[in-house]
Amino acid sequence: MKLSELKEGQRANVVRVGGQGAFRQRLLEMGFLRGTEVYVEKYAPLKDPIELILKGYHVSLRVEEASRVEVQGVRNGGV
Amino acid sequence: MSSKFLTVALAGNPNSGKSTIFNNLTGTRQKTGNWPGVTVEKKEGRVKTNGYTLTIVDLPGTYSLTAYSIEEIVARNFILDEKPDVVVAIIDASNLERNLYLATQLRELDTKVIYVLNMADIASDRGVRIDGEKLSELLDVPVVFAVGNANQGTEELFRAIISVAESHVELPRTTRRVYYGQDIERAIADLSAVIKQRVGDSLPFNVRWIAVKLLENDKIVKERVARLEGDHGQVILREAEKNRRKVREFFDDEPEIVMTDQRYGFIAGIVKEVVKTVSTHRVDVSRQVDQILTNRVLGLPVFVFFIWAMFQLTFTLGSYPMDWIDSGVGWISEAAAMLLPQGMFRDLMVDGVIAGVGSIAVFFPNILILFFCIAIFEDTGYMARAAFLMDKVMHLIGLHGKSFIPMLMGFGCNVPAIMATRTLESKKDRILTILINPLISCSARLPVYILLAGTFFGAGAGNAIFSIYALGIVLAIAMGRLFRSTLLKGEVAPFVMELPPYRVPMIKGLMIHMWDRSKIFLKKMGGIILVGSVVIWFLSAFPRQIEYSRDYALDQAALMSRYSMPMAEAQGGDLERLAESRDLALSSLSAEMARERVEKSYLGRLGKLLEPVFAPIGMDWRGSVAVISGFVAKEIVVSTMGVLYAVGDDADEKNEALRRALKSSGMTSLSAYAMMAFVLIYIPCLATVSVIRRETNSRKWTAFSVTYSFVLAWIVAFVIFQGGRLIGLG
Repeated sequence: MKLSELKEGQRANVVRVGGQGAFRQRLLEMGFLRGTEVYVEKYAPLKDPIELILKGYHVSLRVEEASRVEVQGVRNGGV
Repeated sequence: MSSKFLTVALAGNPNSGKSTIFNNLTGTRQKTGNWPGVTVEKKEGRVKTNGYTLTIVDLPGTYSLTAYSIEEIVARNFILDEKPDVVVAIIDASNLERNLYLATQLRELDTKVIYVLNMADIASDRGVRIDGEKLSELLDVPVVFAVGNANQGTEELFRAIISVAESHVELPRTTRRVYYGQDIERAIADLSAVIKQRVGDSLPFNVRWIAVKLLENDKIVKERVARLEGDHGQVILREAEKNRRKVREFFDDEPEIVMTDQRYGFIAGIVKEVVKTVSTHRVDVSRQVDQILTNRVLGLPVFVFFIWAMFQLTFTLGSYPMDWIDSGVGWISEAAAMLLPQGMFRDLMVDGVIAGVGSIAVFFPNILILFFCIAIFEDTGYMARAAFLMDKVMHLIGLHGKSFIPMLMGFGCNVPAIMATRTLESKKDRILTILINPLISCSARLPVYILLAGTFFGAGAGNAIFSIYALGIVLAIAMGRLFRSTLLKGEVAPFVMELPPYRVPMIKGLMIHMWDRSKIFLKKMGGIILVGSVVIWFLSAFPRQIEYSRDYALDQAALMSRYSMPMAEAQGGDLERLAESRDLALSSLSAEMARERVEKSYLGRLGKLLEPVFAPIGMDWRGSVAVISGFVAKEIVVSTMGVLYAVGDDADEKNEALRRALKSSGMTSLSAYAMMAFVLIYIPCLATVSVIRRETNSRKWTAFSVTYSFVLAWIVAFVIFQGGRLIGLG
């Protein structure tokens, strides 16, 4: 499942970051590693980008970018 | 007592509180400039303590030390090439894991490192306790605790810096280093062996680090190795490629990705040992605030309100000191006119220097307030939220959400707007934003629109002006998309942006922030505007000797004598009427003389020379002279037209005489509209051009900006004028 398919208030674990080059490297450096839990805090008022919480900090990604992050184990409930 | 000199570099993640610590260490003794060759801001401060003189360099905030972004390259090269005595890694204690990612990389370089655990108070509020001694022991680095916002830990940090600088740590470190796991360690060892065998320790950096970077396919390290003498470079690179292949086959992924993973694994181990999480359920204030500020319904209205408040503050509050400066300039100008002997030097001072610099100086209060507001947005953390809210809109032009603020500021003045592009991380975003920013109509162009629209559109003036603003926005979007898909093509920088916790800004930080930028405005603009005003003055005042079509002095004398007889006989109301009519005739005579002066000056000749260029867009030589002089500052177009239409140079946009003169000059509403469009688009004013030069750090982009805007202005005005004539308007 793609990270961009998650709804507000859901969380899941990262399986793999797709894409390449600078984008992929940057996401990994920011902590999007295999197994990391990501929580969808909210979508921006115009539905893009997404605010996420991972490793205890808040980060935002565009929906298109989030669609390159594969996740599993989707569940409801907060951090 | 002679003091010893030490260089100290501060490194850390964005939002780690690095600049606060920098301010605490250096006070206000700071110097802001650019890193050589790039427009990344460089801050430096010098401070004397305990018999040492420390030069403290604030490195750009980065998340890592790869060669992907210019900030990372700048930070890394400074450490590698300038070899500071100590590198201080600022770590946000409330976000330890991610901050250690950079901090552990700093430790891999050949340099002495100190870790500063900043904002430990916030961490403990969140129920996170960090064992500093344990961290120090595990990684073999000194650890200092600090709370930047409360100026705690500054003295301890000074002491630690000096003692570390004086200590004899063996570099490179061989103990407690980052462990990448068995398989990668083997690749590192194999590659290191080849490097050692080939070039020994003759490289300026430690062999292990080079091996790690080559495995990560780091383009800069690869280039440096490739430049090695003989075939050494090629052999080493081949060996690196061989090991990369092995890693790739084993892990089924790119080596640099695997190594990022492994480094985080190593960090996770450390975090587990040093962090004690006391489970508390405190309210996360920042998150609560964002429930409103980035709320689905309220987020955008609140944002619009903040922006509105910023403009209100800038222009209403700013108008008071603006008036003071304006009258101050007027006073200086009068004083200079009185004190200096009549002649060329006086004209140069009064009409060139004082008038030119004065016209820009009045904007200084606006600039100060605007930058103060921007500093508040940045220092509280709201800027990231603004980008979050507006990204969708800006993405239509291929820009980052953060570009919204500079674009919006353009409505006030393009100079601070272009300076505000410094908040953008990607160079391409920055250049694109700079290129389209002048299309946003600044307040200096408004007087020109008011004059032309007010004269030719009557009740429809408001709509005409509004449509010009809209034209600017549409063109900005169109040009943005065009440039993004042609000149500035390539991978759009990933949006990935941290939303840091809200913080109460420190007054000192806000002041430093505001002043740093405003100072640039004063210095640079003062210089370039000065030169520009003098040039335009020269063009309009020379040649000194003009062959007038008639003898004005004679005409004036004739006029006086014509009135002297009847006035001597007249009484009361008649006398007043006569005096009035005489003064009117005199001033129209001198306005006529001024008009002829300019017409025959170099500026007028230039205008006539360029007339063929402007004729197809409905402008005569007077229009072309006006827009040429408008290059210094666009509002000058109005006063120049005042001179050229012989109604005197103190004409403003509401001057009735000028309006009548314009109407009878053959201009039509169509050509007036074409001219408004031209003034909107053509070459940004001198101050803007000079700030573009500074912020792009490129003559090429500056020249491009000037050229494309002129060509675009001509084309748009041509389409409006000729198209309008075709369909029977005007």
